[in-house]
Amino acid sequence: MIDLLAALVAPFREIAGAPTFFVEVLLGGIFAGLLYSLVALGFVLIFKASGVFNFAQGVMVLFAALTLVGLMERGAPVMLALVLTMAVMVALAFAIEKLVLRPLVNQEYIILFMATIGLNFFLEGFGEMVWGANVKRLDVGIPDRSFMLKGVQINQLELTAAITAAVLVTVLAVFFQRTRIGRALRAVADDHEAALSIGIPLKTIWVVVWSVSGLVALVAGVMWGAKSGVQFSLSLIALKALPVLILGGFTSVPGAIAGGLIIGVGEKVAEVYWGPLVGGAIENWFAYVLALGFLLIRPQGLFGEKIIERV
Amino acid sequence: MIYREAGQFKTTYAADQAIFPILQDRVLVTLGLVAAFLLPPLLASEYWLQAVLIPFMIYALAALGLNLLTGYAGQLSLGTGGFMAVGAYAAYKIATSFPGLNILLVFALAGLVSAGVGLLFGIPSLRIKGFYLAVATLAAQFFLIWLFNKVAWFVNYAPSGTITAPPRTVFGVMVTGPLATAPVRYVVVLGVAVLLALVAKNLVRGRVGRSWMAIRDRDIAAEIIGIRPLPTKLLAFAISSFYCGVAGAEFVFLYLGSAETTAFDITLSFLVLFMVIIGGLGSILGSFLGAAFIVLVPIFLTNAPHLLHLSLPVALQKQIELMVFGALIIFFLIVEPHGLARLWQISKEKLRLWPFPH
Repeated sequence: MIDLLAALVAPFREIAGAPTFFVEVLLGGIFAGLLYSLVALGFVLIFKASGVFNFAQGVMVLFAALTLVGLMERGAPVMLALVLTMAVMVALAFAIEKLVLRPLVNQEYIILFMATIGLNFFLEGFGEMVWGANVKRLDVGIPDRSFMLKGVQINQLELTAAITAAVLVTVLAVFFQRTRIGRALRAVADDHEAALSIGIPLKTIWVVVWSVSGLVALVAGVMWGAKSGVQFSLSLIALKALPVLILGGFTSVPGAIAGGLIIGVGEKVAEVYWGPLVGGAIENWFAYVLALGFLLIRPQGLFGEKIIERV
Repeated sequence: MIYREAGQFKTTYAADQAIFPILQDRVLVTLGLVAAFLLPPLLASEYWLQAVLIPFMIYALAALGLNLLTGYAGQLSLGTGGFMAVGAYAAYKIATSFPGLNILLVFALAGLVSAGVGLLFGIPSLRIKGFYLAVATLAAQFFLIWLFNKVAWFVNYAPSGTITAPPRTVFGVMVTGPLATAPVRYVVVLGVAVLLALVAKNLVRGRVGRSWMAIRDRDIAAEIIGIRPLPTKLLAFAISSFYCGVAGAEFVFLYLGSAETTAFDITLSFLVLFMVIIGGLGSILGSFLGAAFIVLVPIFLTNAPHLLHLSLPVALQKQIELMVFGALIIFFLIVEPHGLARLWQISKEKLRLWPFPH
């Protein structure tokens, strides 16, 4: 009984006791959440346009970051390396469309899902073979320093990352809503066959969508890599993006952002204030349980399209 | 010609409903089983038993469990590793709390505990479907592993946090523990796998299996023809977890000897899912074929450079292994999305006529 009381009351007392620390925890959560969102965004784009649950998104993040660092280590300036890495990601999208998606067209979703897990293994081995497996430092010229604002510590790198993510999401939204190819993408997402019948080339759309996901992965990789170094564990954030995805809904871009923020903040706050009560390290599963709780109320996620089932 | 069933008349209902209605199949399976029980313990080396055959049978059992859930009932699960961990830790607790209990009974009880846990995590499946459910089962995976890591009671307060198989005998023969020989462990693992495969085969061709398949194919339609979704889905989760739990208990007691929670992490879940998909969704035989494929390919890849007289750096070889493994999976999915079991079926059809054209 006393334990229960302690679990319900003490953390709130702690929050009220040190509000600036709470704000710092919140900011840390928002930063982590934005990065989850970026990875989840890559998932959503591909799922919307091709119905493929791309498990390899996390490894694409790692692969992009590895390529960038590898190029920079060989003496390429930041900008050139970025452009080259973008080119590599687009080439990768072409290769995936040609070698994996096209032969598997019209297969069941679980088969495509497994194919992306195969892709996951392949890219992991390939990236490490080409660029080496040791931990690398990624320095893109953003200082990892903190400054104080009204007693709250704010990290410059995290701030830059947050702004970049916001800009990226805005650009994507405009791209989807206003451009010709964006409209085509939405048409394909709505109905493959209808889109095909009015002359939208599905192959091109797939390449575009995988390229865009690759670029989003690159941004996520740069941000995450600048924070904690480029290493294998980078690919594991895909696992963190999954609860974000189901929370926000597989098909919703705003959902990926909102879901990311909810998961990021929720898991940081839970870890800091409630974690010690149950022995810590709850970050690994808390996000999943949170998402599961949401799902029980809304099975299609927060912003997902309502699932209408017909016999 | 080899599979010609001409002249084999079925005169009773029992003969009509036999698992292997064709004589050639019955002979083949009987011979295969006798060979599987007799030859490896007598002929195979310690390495082959320990590194190939024992894990093959254990993985096959786990794949069988997942296949019941995913292949037959259509509920995609990524929590297999977690359910196997439940089986392993339950078996450890039961075996150390009741030292006199027969170890086979311990496995069965551990399976039941695992079934209970599976039942619990199956509850969301009524509302959540498809990939949403798959991700939700990841919650089970991560939560269970965390639980076994954090609560020292599960490992009997061992400071190392590992569980070790205690030495136990069955009919005076040492089955688990460091003194148990590989042939004995192999025979036990094989026996359990064969028995449970037989049970599974009969489950899926009976009422239970048919209701699972109805739910898998179209759950609303199944509901309309009078199948209750909740009990059916929960039963699938429970039975699947039972199989996975027994496999997990064997994994520690008969294969690894001692283990930590890392043995049951998410990679194990994916590995078992691979076996099910490569072997063939909705096929008992497929579970075994898939397990054989996934066990043998890495061994082959590790040894291939030696055979070719290449000496590669360890790291490079590991990376090439990963690449080839990934590429092979994609290749197999493209060539035969219905798995190895389908290939076997096709070749059987061919063998009915071969070597004649008609």
